[in-house]
Amino acid sequence: MEKYCSIFLDETRCTGCTNCIKRCPTEAIRVREGKAKIFPELCINCSECVRICPNRAPVPQADSKEILSNYRYKIALPDPAIFAQFKTKYTPHQILAAIAAVGFDGVYEVARAADEVSVAIREFIADHKGEGPWISSSCPAVVHLIQLRFPTLTEQILPILSPVEIAARRAKEEAALQANIPRQEIGCFYLTPCPAQVAAIRSPYFLEKSNVDGALAISSLYSELRVKLAKLEKQEESPVKATSLGLAWGRIGGQTKAVQADNFLTLDGVFNLLELLEEIELDRFNNNVDFLECQNCQGGCVGGIFTAENPFVARVTLRRMTNKLPAKFEPGHEEKIRQYYREGFYNAEKKVEPYCIMSLDQDISKAIYMVEQSEKILKHLPGLDCGACGSPTCRTLAEDIVRGLASETDCMFILREKVQSLAEQMLSLALKVPPVTVVQRQIMKTQQEVLELAKRIPPPLARREPKKED
Amino acid sequence: MKNGTNPEADRDQKICLSFNVEGGNFLAAGEASIRLKHTLQHIGYPASLIRRVAVAAYEAEMNIIIHADSGVLKAEVTPEAVTIWAEDKGPGIEDIGLAMQEGYSTAPNYIREMGFGAGMGLPNIKRCADIFEIETHVGVGTKIRIVIFNKQKTN
Ligand SMILES: Nc1ncnc2c1ncn2[C@@H]1O[C@H](COP(=O)(O)OP(=O)(O)OP(=O)(O)O)[C@@H](O)[C@H]1O
Ligand code: SF4
Ligand code: SF4
Ligand SMILES: [Mg+2]
Repeated sequence: MEKYCSIFLDETRCTGCTNCIKRCPTEAIRVREGKAKIFPELCINCSECVRICPNRAPVPQADSKEILSNYRYKIALPDPAIFAQFKTKYTPHQILAAIAAVGFDGVYEVARAADEVSVAIREFIADHKGEGPWISSSCPAVVHLIQLRFPTLTEQILPILSPVEIAARRAKEEAALQANIPRQEIGCFYLTPCPAQVAAIRSPYFLEKSNVDGALAISSLYSELRVKLAKLEKQEESPVKATSLGLAWGRIGGQTKAVQADNFLTLDGVFNLLELLEEIELDRFNNNVDFLECQNCQGGCVGGIFTAENPFVARVTLRRMTNKLPAKFEPGHEEKIRQYYREGFYNAEKKVEPYCIMSLDQDISKAIYMVEQSEKILKHLPGLDCGACGSPTCRTLAEDIVRGLASETDCMFILREKVQSLAEQMLSLALKVPPVTVVQRQIMKTQQEVLELAKRIPPPLARREPKKED
Repeated sequence: MKNGTNPEADRDQKICLSFNVEGGNFLAAGEASIRLKHTLQHIGYPASLIRRVAVAAYEAEMNIIIHADSGVLKAEVTPEAVTIWAEDKGPGIEDIGLAMQEGYSTAPNYIREMGFGAGMGLPNIKRCADIFEIETHVGVGTKIRIVIFNKQKTN
């Protein structure tokens, strides 16, 4: 499986400070030779490294606006989170008009597709009562986290396409019909709140190929949108077609509300997810929950790294805005969606497979041997998890060593011991041959100094006792 | 290394892990099982199997924490199987037949308030295990042995 990583590490900005390696929830970053490096196959595009880096070295990637010129008819697919970016100064109808004005021939609200997907999820859960908890699948970072760290839970990921995929399908149908344009000349572009969605479009987990043709960061259009909004005529607006429930998908809890799940749990923030998923995997979580709404970012998509507004403010803005929109479909619409659901329109085309990149080797016997070696190495490491070696913990350094990606002397403390013992050896050898010439005396003096220095490198502090192990 | 020997040939085909488990220490609940689970992920055990091992190990670990004074959780992993031993010093089980019944629990109220004590642990372990053995002496302690075979073993 080819997995696209949408975080580019700009080495010219990286100082090798190691802040990011300790923050990455999947331990996907190492500092080697003074620069951070991301293992793309381990990265879930959660943006944590982007948030924590003091030097803005990890740069989240999205498409640039030039990509629009590849298509004759361009449709914007704005994420619901975009409506929360301008306080309550503008109505959602005005925001839609402004989006069209920055260079699109049409706009199809992702929230409108979210309305459909909500019904599909509700139906799916009803059809699979008691098989839950079903984990929401619209946040790609969550899906990747499960594939990577909780492979046994991949079966519980809701196999329903995400709103943006449905939006692209619908938008193309509509444009082909109404504007009479051949499909291949229609381009659909997601205005995305985060780089995880960019990765999901380039390497989709439910489809062979995405229906979406590109993804632009909301932040990259932000100033342009502000200008357009300021210049809008008062009456100039384009009516929002989504319900308030579809729009609510932009914040945590919105999906649950739209799905109308009875027994649910909402959870945001990747570290909270790590804890909860661990419990679910141990069957500790038999609370009769049918639906688990999981979002990588705090506050939901309004907390995505490509948004401009503070996520807490954005949440309030979105709530106020949605309160003014109808919460109900037009009569008959819901029945139509159910029909589509029964025909399989929303179904994932492929299964989300566990991602077995965690294993040290393909061959089980060899992997067992490597795990054993890494346990042995771990016993020699100081257990301080200081990160100075460039690996996030002593355990990961031990694994990196058996994988051949690092060496024991990357550990400062091991290096110190090695240097000290070498210096001692040199000196004792030198003492065996009494110095005669001035040069030899000088060499011996230097050797003595080296030994003194080696002794002054800090000792392995309190070597932590390996916890709980014999 | 001796000359002419193949390092691949005499490497161990198993790994042994051992964790001390302290009775009553709920803060450490699950630590040993999660460690074991991660080890199996690194070994590349099939996902469905990892889940069974993790659940069984977790329930055994929790029984020591909830019901006993102290104990050890040991695991041996080979390409063919995972064997878990949970051995504790504690009150032992008076009636194993009863203890194995779903819903039977002697856990006091404060334990139930923490979400444990549904009486599902031992039946769950049995469900996950290919081999399940229990030996207990009242007033001395309890020993459990669980074996889960790797039927999907490749190579
Ligand atoms: N290691 C042990 N030492 C002493 N008694 C035990 C031990 N393990 C189980 N028991 C006894 O067997 C009973 C049933 O155990 P079981 O694990 O099935 O349920 P539980 O621990 O009470 O609740 P749950 O496992 O659902 O949290 C316990 O309530 C306890 O009386
Ligand atoms: S946080 Fe990471 S990417 Fe940023 S400067 Fe430090 S090491 Fe480099
Ligand atoms: S985006 Fe997240 S998973 Fe990827 S390297 Fe950064 S912190 Fe790690
Ligand atoms: Mg129990």
